[in-house]
Amino acid sequence: MNKDIPDNMQFKRRDFLKIGAGAAAGAGLLPLLKYLPAEAAAGRDTLVVVIGNGPNSMDIHRKGTNRPSYQVAVNIYDRLVTYGRKKLPDGNVMYDYQKIEPELAESWSFAPDGMSITFKIRKDARFHDGKPVTAHDVKWSFDRAVSLGGFPAVQMKAGSLIKPEQFVAVDKHTFKINFIRKSKLTLPDLGVPVPLIINSVAAKAKATKSDPWATGYLHKNPQGGGAFKLGRWKPGQQTVYIRNDEWKSGPLPGVKRVIVREVASASTRRALLLRGDADVSLDLPPKDTKELTSNKKLKIAGVPIENCIHAVGLNLNFKPFADVRVRQAMAYAMPYEKIFKAAAYERGLPLWGAKSADPAGTLWPQPFPYDTDPDKAKALLKEAGYAEGFKVTLSFNLGLAYWTEPTALLIQEGLGKVGIEAKLDKIPGSGWRTKALVEKKLPMHLKNFGGWLNYPEYYFFWAYQPKRLFNSMNYDNPKLNKLVDETLHMPVGSPGYAERVKAFIKIAFEDVPLIPLWQPYLDVAMQKHIEGYEYWFHRQLDVRPFKKLPKQA
Amino acid sequence: MKGDSLLLIGRRLLQAAPVVMGIIVVTFILTRALPGDPAVFFAGPAADEKSIAEIRASLGLDKSWPEQFWVYLQNLSRGDLGKSISTGQPVMEEIATRLPASLELTLMGLLLAVAIAIPLGILAATRPNSFVDHLCRIVVTIGVSLPTFFTGLFLVYIFYFLLGLSPAPLGRLSIIHISPDHVTGFYLIDSLIAGDLEVFRAALSQMILPASTLAIFALAPLARMTRAAMLGVLSSDYVRTARASGLSSRTVLWVYAFQNAMLPVLTTLGMVFSFLLGANVLVEKVFAWPGIGSFAIEALIASDYAAVQGFVLAMALMYVLLNLAIDILYTVVDPRIGLEG
Repeated sequence: MNKDIPDNMQFKRRDFLKIGAGAAAGAGLLPLLKYLPAEAAAGRDTLVVVIGNGPNSMDIHRKGTNRPSYQVAVNIYDRLVTYGRKKLPDGNVMYDYQKIEPELAESWSFAPDGMSITFKIRKDARFHDGKPVTAHDVKWSFDRAVSLGGFPAVQMKAGSLIKPEQFVAVDKHTFKINFIRKSKLTLPDLGVPVPLIINSVAAKAKATKSDPWATGYLHKNPQGGGAFKLGRWKPGQQTVYIRNDEWKSGPLPGVKRVIVREVASASTRRALLLRGDADVSLDLPPKDTKELTSNKKLKIAGVPIENCIHAVGLNLNFKPFADVRVRQAMAYAMPYEKIFKAAAYERGLPLWGAKSADPAGTLWPQPFPYDTDPDKAKALLKEAGYAEGFKVTLSFNLGLAYWTEPTALLIQEGLGKVGIEAKLDKIPGSGWRTKALVEKKLPMHLKNFGGWLNYPEYYFFWAYQPKRLFNSMNYDNPKLNKLVDETLHMPVGSPGYAERVKAFIKIAFEDVPLIPLWQPYLDVAMQKHIEGYEYWFHRQLDVRPFKKLPKQA
Repeated sequence: MKGDSLLLIGRRLLQAAPVVMGIIVVTFILTRALPGDPAVFFAGPAADEKSIAEIRASLGLDKSWPEQFWVYLQNLSRGDLGKSISTGQPVMEEIATRLPASLELTLMGLLLAVAIAIPLGILAATRPNSFVDHLCRIVVTIGVSLPTFFTGLFLVYIFYFLLGLSPAPLGRLSIIHISPDHVTGFYLIDSLIAGDLEVFRAALSQMILPASTLAIFALAPLARMTRAAMLGVLSSDYVRTARASGLSSRTVLWVYAFQNAMLPVLTTLGMVFSFLLGANVLVEKVFAWPGIGSFAIEALIASDYAAVQGFVLAMALMYVLLNLAIDILYTVVDPRIGLEG
C-alpha cells in the first residue's frame, strides 16, 4: 500500500569507488560459465540482478512477507488485469495507471447497473504444472486475499473488495465480482500485486484443517502461471527465475533466466555493477546514483515515484502548530534548496516554490507556494505570538537515515535562524510505526508516505483525513474531509471532479500540516546493453520486460 | 586418567546447565523488553487495528508472558526454536545453514591470523627493537585502528575492482557454482567430501578476501600478546638457567619459553574468536556472506523474537563449548592446571 524507501542503505558508499570507474575492462559476464548446466550457457539469456534485500516469502498473502517479495508475485503469478505502458519524455518507460489491459482475463464488462463486473478468462492459459486456469482458481485466490487478514485484506479493501461473497465463478471461464459500491478504484486495484491467481487445485492438495489456505506450502512453493517459474530460492541469498515458455498472458520475456542476488552493502553492489558482474542494480542510495550518472558504461533510469512525497509533518496537538500561522512560518523556514542538494542529491522533483497560491491543476504531488524566507517566517511567528520562538522535537526514522538524517540536520539549522530550537530524536525503524503513525504523538517528524493507486484523493484519504493511519499530524478539516469523501470513488473525468481536487489541494497549501520537500526518484542502474526496464508503482523488480542486447565493444 | 578427564568434562558441562537456563530466561525477557512491537511491524505500514490483532494472535503474542514462556520451553524441549518471521524460515534451519558459514569464515580468518601473528610475535620478542619488532608494531597498530568494513571494502576495491584478481564479492560461491551437498555446512570440507575440487577452489577463492579482512583485525591482539608473553618468559629465571646450562637456543625458545608463553596466547585466542564472530556482521555485509551476524542484526531490528532468542541461545551454547575447549587445551599445554581450577 505505501511505498517505503528501502532501508538497507546503512553503508555509505566509499568515495574511493568512484576513482577509476572505467577500470572494468569488460571481462565478459560470468567468465566461468562453463561449469553451469546448459540452460545458462549463453550469457545473453541470463540476467544478473543485485539487490539490497531479497524476498522472505514466495507468498504475498502471508503475514510478515516483506516488500521485496512482491517481485515474486509479479514475476511468477498473473493477475486478471495489468496496466498499460507509456514512454516518458526522457525515454524511460513507466506503467500507465489510466490504462487497464488484459492479463489473465481476455475481456471484461460492467453490468448495466454498474454494480458488478464480469471477466472472461483466457481459455489457453495454464499454470506451471499444466493445469488450465479456471474461474474457480480466481475465486479461491480472491477469497484467500480477503480472508487471510493483514496487508492483503487492507489492499483489497482499498478496491472495495471485502468479502468472499462478492466473488462468483459463473462457469469455467467466467468470473464475476459483485460490488459493494461503485468505485473507480476497484478495477485498478485488481492490477496490483495482491490479487494474484493461484493454482487452487495444487494449493488445496496441501491445505490442512489448521491451514485451509495452504500458507505453509505456498510460502515456499509458489503455484502460479506467470511469465517465470521459480528456479531456486535460497532465502537471504538468491532467487532464480526460469522463463515459462508456455506463457500466454503477455509477450514472452526477453531473457530465459534471471538471477537475483542479495548484496547488503551498497558499495559492493556498485563495484559489481561497475565491473560488469551484475547487469542491473536496485536499491541505489541517491548519492551513488548521482555519481553513476556520469559513467558512460551505465544507464540510470530514474523515475519520480508517483504519489510519494518526502515531507515534514507538523502535529496539530503540539500547541504552537495548532496555529496555522506557525505552520506557514515553518514552511517558510525550511532550507529547501540545501536539503534537495545534500539529502536528495537532486534525485527527485522539487515540491516548493510554486508562484501561485492556486493549485496548477489536479496533478499530485505538485510544488507548494512556499520558499525559504526566514523574514516572512519570523513575521508570521511574531503575529502568532511566538516572536521569541519555541522548542520542538524533530523525530525521524533511523531505518531511512540515508535521507532523514541529513534532512533533519538541515532543518534544525534552518529553524535556528528563525529562533526555533529543534531537538533531534532518532527512532529505530521497528518503533517508528507505533510512535509516528499509531500513537501520533510526534510533534514534528519526517515522513515519506506514498500510495500505490495514483490519485490525489487516495493520498489525501490516507494522509489528510482524521484518524487515518498516515495522518500522523492529527489534521482535521471538515471541508477537506468532505471534498475527499466526494471524490474518492468518483470517476476522474466526472463533472465537478477537477474543481474538488483543486479545492482540497488549495486547503493543503494554506493549512500546511504537511510540508512537502521533494518527490523522490526510483533509481535503477544497469549496463548499457540492458533494455526494457519499466517503472512500476509497486517499485519492485518486474523482470518480464528486460532484454539483453549483444554487448558493444 | 582418561576416564577422569571425561568425568571432569562431563562435570563442566553440567555446570554450564544453569548458565544456559539463565540465558534462556534473560533473552526471553530482554527480547520482549525491546522497543517495537513485532505484530505492528509485520502487519505492514497500512494495516489496521484488526489485522494487527490477527497477527498478534497468530504469533502467540496475545498470551501473557508466563504462558508464552511455557510454550517456548515446550517447543525448545522438542528442539523447535520457532519460526523467524522476518525471513520466514524455521530458526533452527537458519542457524544450521548460517552458523557454519560464519564459523568457516571466522576459523579461516583466525587460522590466517595465527599463522602470521605468532611467528611475528616470537620474532619481535627475540629481537626487541629490531626491524621485525618495528614491523610487528606497525602491523598491530594498523590492525587495531582499521575498522573491518573499511579493510573489507579496501580489499574489494584493490583485488576485485582494480586488479580483478579476486572473484566478485558475492558470498560463499559465485553465481555459477552450485553449493556442495550439506554434510558439515563448511563448503571447503563438504566439497572435498563430494570430491568436487572445482567447487573447493571456488569456495576458497571467495573466502580469501573476507578471511583476510578478519585476519588483519585479529592479528593485532594475538601478535601483541605473543610478543609480551614471550618477552616475559624470555627474561625469566628458568630460561636464563636453561641458557646457562648450555641448551641449544632452539630448545630454549620452543620447549622452555614458547610452551610457557602459550597460556596467555590461548586465552587471547579464545577471546578473539568470540569477538570475531561478532565483528563478522560488517564483513558479512560487505562480502554478501550469508552468515549468522547479519541474520541476528536484521532479526533485532524487526523485533523478531524467535530469531533473536535462537541466535543468543546458539551463541551461548557455542561459548560454553569454546570455553571448555580452551580449558581442556590449557591442561594439555600446562599439566599443572586441572579442569577444576
